[in-house]
Amino acid sequence: MTQKHIVEARGIHKHFGALHVLKGVDLKVDERELVFVIGPSGSGKSTLLRCLNRLEEPSSGSVVVDGIDMLSPKTDINHARQRIGMVFQSFNLYPHMTALGNVTLALRKVAGKSRAEADALARAALDRVGLADRADHTPGQLSGGQQQRVAIARSIALEPRVMLFDEPTSALDPELVGSVLEVMRGLRESGMTMIVVSHEMGFARNAADRVVFMDDGLIVEQGPPASIFENPAHERTRAFIGQIQRH
Amino acid sequence: MNRWDKFTETFFNAKVMEKYLPDILSGMVVTIELALLIVVTGLAAGLALALLRALAIRPLNWLIIFIVDLFRSLPPLVVIVLIYFGLPYAGPAPSGFVSTWLSLAFVLMAFSEEIFWAGITSIPKGQWEASRSTGLSFSQTLFNVVLPQAFRLTIPPLTNRTIAITKGTALGTVVAVTEILGQASSAMSNSYNPSPLMMGAAAYIVLFFPVVVAARWIESKFAWKR
Repeated sequence: MTQKHIVEARGIHKHFGALHVLKGVDLKVDERELVFVIGPSGSGKSTLLRCLNRLEEPSSGSVVVDGIDMLSPKTDINHARQRIGMVFQSFNLYPHMTALGNVTLALRKVAGKSRAEADALARAALDRVGLADRADHTPGQLSGGQQQRVAIARSIALEPRVMLFDEPTSALDPELVGSVLEVMRGLRESGMTMIVVSHEMGFARNAADRVVFMDDGLIVEQGPPASIFENPAHERTRAFIGQIQRH
Repeated sequence: MNRWDKFTETFFNAKVMEKYLPDILSGMVVTIELALLIVVTGLAAGLALALLRALAIRPLNWLIIFIVDLFRSLPPLVVIVLIYFGLPYAGPAPSGFVSTWLSLAFVLMAFSEEIFWAGITSIPKGQWEASRSTGLSFSQTLFNVVLPQAFRLTIPPLTNRTIAITKGTALGTVVAVTEILGQASSAMSNSYNPSPLMMGAAAYIVLFFPVVVAARWIESKFAWKR
């Protein structure tokens, strides 16, 4: 069976108590596509991302990733999550482990690799993010940019089908952003399907296949970066793009 | 006899000390046994309760919090006396040794549960999320990611509390446990001389001073290296 959409979310609603954060979002992502999600803070971008791997439980709707119904009680969520890598704004590396330990943990505990296999895969993943020589450093000994690249290595070592990036560069000093974007560009070239929530408009412009603009819990419009950035159809998109570009 | 001689004969009487040294030593053995039992079972039970509490099952958590608060508010001596003198009316009649062990283990359980729980809850949510997002289960995350970090945070309060409660083994003398203080006070009664009490105090120092020093060492060894 050929599968067209690797990620297919339909009618996602999310309530946090009285707060209605997602108001019926549909998102389909093709294999090897890089989708950029932009929008003002509080628009629901991160929540949408976190609903895709069920870090947040959607109040209603459906999420299918790589043919797996993520919301079905029959789905082994821990198994399914191996296929969906996630990178966080605050890196969330395990501070009590080395870079290598951070990457091998899930390889050993979830993917069931032996220590030797896991070490080899982890070193390869660290090499891909340019940190082979930092394998034995703890997060505290690494810069923010290096920490985020270890976090990316931790995800890609599991060979996910999709990578979710939740504002991966927002916590970084400006001079460290480039190294992380470089790694993301490399991933993109290797054909990884990526959904990126970020304010890095330059990166969106030249790397994204599609830009999705969200506001107030809904997708307002989406399209190729050129049309969204140069010629937005909606007033709200125009206002947001205008604000971002003034900076 | 001058004053100094009188003082040493009263408090450091060589004859009396020689005679009762074996009693004090056997008291030390009892104290060590009691202390080890309390530390092992109290900390294990405290950790077990904290882990159960992490499952976030509401009625269970209410029960845990109730038990923990109960034993945190009761004076350890009251617990010992209740178990030793009260429990026999309900059937089982534990010995003084068992009563002291159980009582102090319950108290250590209660305090250590709170300390372990504080450690677990102080680990940022992002650590859970990162681990769960790579497919680790709740318990894998708890044991591989959260607890190792929580333990480091809990070591200083935990060692302090453990030492404080373990010293409470001396309370066992009230229910006829032949630990250091019990041996020392009966030796004093038999010899009409307080020298055994001085030996008892020295025995506590010999036992607990190294523990206090070791605790200091453990605390510095596990301090955060960020």
